[in-house]
Parts: sequence; C-alpha cells; structure tokens
Amino acid sequence: MAEQIIFFILAVAIALFSVLAVTSKRIIRSAIYLLFVLVATAGLFLMLHYHFLFAVQVTVYAGGIMVLFIMAIFLTHRPGEIVDRRTNRKVKSSMLLSFGGLIVCGYIIVQNVTRTYSYVKEYEMKMQDIGYAMLGTGKYQFLLPFEAISLLLLACIIGAIMIARKEKSVESTDNKDLDK
Amino acid sequence: MNYNQPLELTGLLSHLDIFFRNNLPPFWASLVESILVLITILAAYAVIALILIYAERKITAFFQARLGPNRLGKYGSIQSIADMIKILIKEIIHINRVDRFLFYAAPFFVICSSVMAFGAIPFGKGLQAVDFNMGIVYLLTVSSLGVIGVLLAGWSSNNKYSMIGAMRSGAQFISYELSAAFALMTVVVMTGTMQLSEIVENQRYAWNIFNGHLPAIVAFVIYLISGHAETNRAPFDLPEAEGELTAGYHTEYSGMQFGFYYLAEYLNMFIIAAVATTVFLGGWMPFQLKGMDTFNQIMWYIPSYVWFIGKTAMLVFISLWVRWSFPRLRIDLLLNLEWKYLLPINLVNIIAMVVTVLAGWTLTGLFPNIFGITP
Repeated sequence: MAEQIIFFILAVAIALFSVLAVTSKRIIRSAIYLLFVLVATAGLFLMLHYHFLFAVQVTVYAGGIMVLFIMAIFLTHRPGEIVDRRTNRKVKSSMLLSFGGLIVCGYIIVQNVTRTYSYVKEYEMKMQDIGYAMLGTGKYQFLLPFEAISLLLLACIIGAIMIARKEKSVESTDNKDLDK
Repeated sequence: MNYNQPLELTGLLSHLDIFFRNNLPPFWASLVESILVLITILAAYAVIALILIYAERKITAFFQARLGPNRLGKYGSIQSIADMIKILIKEIIHINRVDRFLFYAAPFFVICSSVMAFGAIPFGKGLQAVDFNMGIVYLLTVSSLGVIGVLLAGWSSNNKYSMIGAMRSGAQFISYELSAAFALMTVVVMTGTMQLSEIVENQRYAWNIFNGHLPAIVAFVIYLISGHAETNRAPFDLPEAEGELTAGYHTEYSGMQFGFYYLAEYLNMFIIAAVATTVFLGGWMPFQLKGMDTFNQIMWYIPSYVWFIGKTAMLVFISLWVRWSFPRLRIDLLLNLEWKYLLPINLVNIIAMVVTVLAGWTLTGLFPNIFGITP
C-alpha cells in the first residue's frame, strides 16, 4: 500500500511538472520544473531498489546537467523574461506530435512489459556486479562501449575548449588597441 | 569476542521495534517508525547546529583573544538558543520584482540536500537511518543538489552582488566536488565496498588512514581541503565575501529564509567532518587491538556514538583552525589550486592506491596477524 501511495505521488509529480516544464513562460522556471521531473524519476528507481541508477540519475541529471543548464541560462539575455506564447497552430502541431510519440512508446511498453518484468530481480544489485559488468570483456560485459564513450567525452571536452579559447593573436591586438 | 556494551542504544532500539511490530499492523508499524526516525534526524540536525554555532563563536573568540558570548547562561551557553528564537520570530521581508517561486524555493534545495546527506551517516552502532550499498555515491549525489539552491538564490534575488556570489559558488562547488569524490574513491579502491556500515566494520583493527598509509593520508588531506571548499567557508568563502559582495548569494534573504542557509552551512561542515571520520578514521568503531581483550573491553565501555562525536569534533576543530589561520584566496588562485594541483595529485594518488592494494602493501595485507579482521 505504501509503495502504491508513493508511486502515485511520484507519477502525479512527473506528469504535472512535465506539462509545466513545456508550458511555463519563463525559461528558468522551465529548467527547474525539468529538474523536478528528473528527481521524481530518480525516486521511481529508488522504489525499484535499483539504488545505483537512482544515484546516477540524480548526480548526472540533477547535479550535473541541470547545474550546467541553469548556468547556461544565466548567460543568456534576460533569463527571467516572460516569453509570449507561441501561435496556436504551433501548439496544436506539437501536441499532435507528442500524442503520436505517446502512442508509439505506449504500444512498445505494453507489448514488452511482461518480458522485462521477468528480468527485474527481487534482490538488490551489488555494486561489485555493476563494476564487473562495466569493466569486463566477457559476455554481457561492456568495457569496449565504456571506453568508446569516454573517448567521445574527451573529444567533446577538447572541442569545447577549442571553441571557448580566444585566439592569442586577436587578444594581443585588442590589448594594443586599449594601450593606444 | 562479544564485548559487554552497556551504553549502546541497540538494545533499546530493538525493544522499540519489537513493541511496534507486536502492537501494530506491519504497514502502520513501519510508518510510525519512519516518522520517529525522521523526527529524530531533524531534531539532531537542529541541536547539532546549535551546538556548532556556539562552539564556533567560542573557539573563534579564543583564537582572536576575545571572550565570545558570555552573558546568557553559564559561559554564554544558551546564547545560540536565544539566537534561534530570535531568528524564528523575525519578519520575512518581501523583495520587489523577484521571481517569487524560485526565491522561496531556493533555501529548500540547500537544506534538503543537507538533511538527506545527514540522514545517511552512521552515528553509532545501530544508529544509521539508511544503509545503501552505494553509500558513498549517495552522499556525493545528494550533496551535489545543494548548489542548485545557491545558484537559484543568487539569480532570483534580482541583485548583482547575489548573482556574482552565486556564479562563484557554482564554479567553486563543481570544481571541488571532483576532488572530494576522487579522494573518497581512493578509499573505495582499498576497502572494495561503498557501503558505509561495511567500511566501518572493515576498520576494526586498522583505520583506513593507517591501513592505506601514504595514499590514504594524501586522500584524507585532499578530502578535508575540498570539503572545506565545498562548504564555502573561509579561506574559500568567496561566494559570500562580505568585503566585496555584502553577503553573496543570501544578501536578500531575511529571517528563517536566511536561517536555512546558515543552518545548512554549519551542518555541511559537520557532514564533511562526519564523512571523513567514517571513511578515514574508523567511524564509530572503538579503538581496538587484536588479541588484547581486556583493553578492547575497556574501549567498548565508551559507547560508539561518543567515539563518533569525538572524532568528528576534532575534525570540526581543525576546520575552524584553518578558517582563522589563512587569508581568503582570490578566485583564480582558488580554481588554480583545484585544477592544477589537487586534481592531478588525486589522479596519481588513485593509481598509487591501486598499486598498493594489488601489491598487498596495505597494513592488513602486510601484517594480517595484527590488523586483519578475520581471526
């Protein structure tokens, strides 16, 4: 009973804040509503006793990506400004699109829910098992994708630094202008 | 090897549990127990904050050759209770042209993340509310939520000082979080578990800081530095540098809204010290020597929560000592320290720890008869 009550609270929170995140007129509030959605999703993982995924969800999405989102929004022009609502036609077309997505995803979930259900284990997954799965080379072990993703992230970081870095020559000419 | 432990609370707690389970249906029993645990944690949170505020004011005064609070009660001991009542009945001032929702929501992010981390700390034998099998990751996770509250507070205050303070705090927190996490991971390499109860149990005869000797000591120092920086306290208190930014991100807050930030700051200091105690200094485990049963029995007469509070208080004292000994850093020096010194040292250190563990150079590996857990 307790699980059902908590599930309904989380489900209502996810649904409500998802709608608010796309309908809010201020971009910074949208970001915060999105944060609530992500944290509530983490709560669902906690209910399933999948604690590691809970921690990853909160650290990566709430603690990492949302902080970067908020900082990026701060850098934009007037983050708290109330934006005018888009035209009716755009709202309608995006509503139609999201309904289409809902139907496709719902169909896939309903078709496969019995199959995934047997995969979910009753006992709590050990951290050591996750570690072996991430860093092993045998069957059902994922060292290669893990390393591929870290290479991808490295490339992203170097790319970001290249974009953010000012050209040395440009900077020095600017300083000369100031000196004059 | 069952030592007599007269002052532990485990017996009392299990009696209480049996009493509830016998007299209530299972759902209501667990509900009542959860609520009792919640109330206990919140009460402990408030009481520890009051004690810390009093201790800090007194110790600070002694560092500066002053007397500190000395009017209310013996040695000013109930000064912080009076301050608490004062801050509770203060008016909350409404600021014009702020984003109301975010302005009032921001302190709750900070206080929630602090309480969530506080709840997972093992205070003594049987005195741990939740014991996840990824305990250390959980602590890092929930403490990373606090920075959102700081950023929102800075932005929604509609004040440029607050905004600068919040941006500084964000940069500082994101940077030093890395070091804190790496320092804790160094210990995870050694203990092979992230569960806090198991980490404490593994330190029965050798604290982790001794067990891993050189790499562990380096990790301990780095954890203390980065923990200190994460809590925004001097010499890393740029986000609220009062000379330049009035008070940084909480300039516009008043009454209990400000009180939440104040509480969270003190409790974060306690949480950092408590995590360092648990992970490096043996947690609540009394000091024991293998084979010397009489000595161990005497040590067990001191209850585990006293050991825990004693070790934590020592680390809190070190944190205050640092606070009043070093001048404030500049923002570029602060970020240099993290990215150019602490992080590379940390990465080398974690490899050093891997080598130490694989080669069996830890104390438990070298002297299993003296420090090993299995008899």
